[in-house]
Amino acid sequence: MTMIDERPDELPETANPELERRAERRESWRGFLHAVPAYVYLIFFFVLPLGIVFVFSFASRGRTGRPNLEGWNVDGWTRLTDPLVSTIVGRSLFVAVVNTALCLIIGYAFAYWIATRPKQSTRTLLLILVLIPFWSNFLVRTYAWRMLLDSDGYITQLGELTGLWGRTLFTLPAVFLGLLYGYLPFMVLPLYAAIERIDWSLVEAGRDLYASGTRAFLKITLPLSRPGIIAGSILVFIPSLGAYVTPDILGGAKTTLLGNFIVTQFGAARNWPFGSALSGAILIVMLLATILYFRSGARTV
Amino acid sequence: MTLHEGAATGRRLDRVLSINGWFIFAFLYLPILVVIVFSFSGAQNVGIWGGFSLRWYERMFGNGPLLHSLQNTLWIALFSTIISTVLGTAAALALDRYRRWVGKGAFDAILYMPVIIPDVTMAVMLLLWFTQIGLPLGRGSILLAHIAFNISFVAIVVRARLANMDPAVEEAASDLYATRWQTFRRVTLPLIMPGVLGGALLALTLSLDDVVITSFVQGPGATTLPVHVFGLIRRSVTPEINAVSTLMVTASMVLVFASLAIQRRE
Repeated sequence: MTMIDERPDELPETANPELERRAERRESWRGFLHAVPAYVYLIFFFVLPLGIVFVFSFASRGRTGRPNLEGWNVDGWTRLTDPLVSTIVGRSLFVAVVNTALCLIIGYAFAYWIATRPKQSTRTLLLILVLIPFWSNFLVRTYAWRMLLDSDGYITQLGELTGLWGRTLFTLPAVFLGLLYGYLPFMVLPLYAAIERIDWSLVEAGRDLYASGTRAFLKITLPLSRPGIIAGSILVFIPSLGAYVTPDILGGAKTTLLGNFIVTQFGAARNWPFGSALSGAILIVMLLATILYFRSGARTV
Repeated sequence: MTLHEGAATGRRLDRVLSINGWFIFAFLYLPILVVIVFSFSGAQNVGIWGGFSLRWYERMFGNGPLLHSLQNTLWIALFSTIISTVLGTAAALALDRYRRWVGKGAFDAILYMPVIIPDVTMAVMLLLWFTQIGLPLGRGSILLAHIAFNISFVAIVVRARLANMDPAVEEAASDLYATRWQTFRRVTLPLIMPGVLGGALLALTLSLDDVVITSFVQGPGATTLPVHVFGLIRRSVTPEINAVSTLMVTASMVLVFASLAIQRRE
């Protein structure tokens, strides 16, 4: 953007390099001032809290479970290798990876279908239909599955009628179902944004050069939708890794995930330093994902 | 492969994708619909139709603690939306309209983190921080937490709008001797208004829906409706929860439609 001052009579002089430099400095100062309130707020209520998680992960456990900074140690972090803990971490990673893959496969076919509808109005309408559940209360959406999967729920009745499944509530499949249901829209929206932007004449050109439909898809469509795949995968993977509400409502004792385990450390187990170390581990994964996101140039929003 | 064959497989694929698409829509909507339908059932048992009745709604509106938590929810949502919309919009302007300033790169990265961070982690961070700085937990701490995650969402929505806007319009205003404030007030703001309102409605929805972060930073006597309902769901499933759920889903749907209506008014 060109720099234009309130005093237009000074304009012709901007050819002067000194004045130009000063104008640029003033411009950058203005930009900084616009950001300052949000910047300060986020440093105070996001960056510093993020830092304190790492500090407290090395603290010792005080009498009430609260961190005591005096006897600092690495117990919280070494406990991550404890068999019980690593089982939970492993399970959480497994659940997050599988859920991301499921959302990607189902979401891709879905987003592709919406993005390839010929009429703009149809596309808009279908997209609105995706947005509604996306905006609807997450808790209510999870609660709905608790109703359906309980002993007298419709899904259970259907399973018993066909003899295919029994009550699935409080099991891992129930958690998967809840996570897929909860996070699918997070995958569909960035995928749709990426696929809709594809220049289809490139695909046609590939087909004209005798590429098969599958080959054209793998070599042209799929690479062109990469930004959406990366953005959607991050938006599903990270929240799945720290999921708490879904496994809490739909899962049982054998499906404890990292999110539930962390909450327990701040509740019944009263071990804040260990809870901090577990949160720190998730934060490291998140920071790596953020770097990947920026490096890949996948930013669509 | 001949062209004819190609078109036929294309049509078949399209049919498969359509069926898949409508199946997914059913998957997304049927569960919510079941909750809504059973909130109007007179039966004591969830899942059994006991004739049309509004008794669960009557009971809901006579539930003191529930109404108190609703009041808290609305208060927090309103103020967190207003504050985060102002801060987020200014941040979006700084990022999109000013090429270089001190700490821009870092700010850009920080701004995206509250969007992808798991709720539990953000909740732990804020609880530790609030305890460390000695901030009493209650309505105020919930408000501070909600603003912290809402700023990012507002900034991202407004920034997307700014990116699609032609800066030449603003330059034209300046060329016509408009001051910076006049340019912002009369040109920039009206043009980005759909983005600002869209961001505000998203912030409002997120604040109305948050469970995990609020449950960590809440204090005695200052809970919100979703946290209250979460507690009820963990204990047992009752038809009254269906009534409250229907209320919450309806609120979010009204907000989506409002947001879409605003965004479409180009």
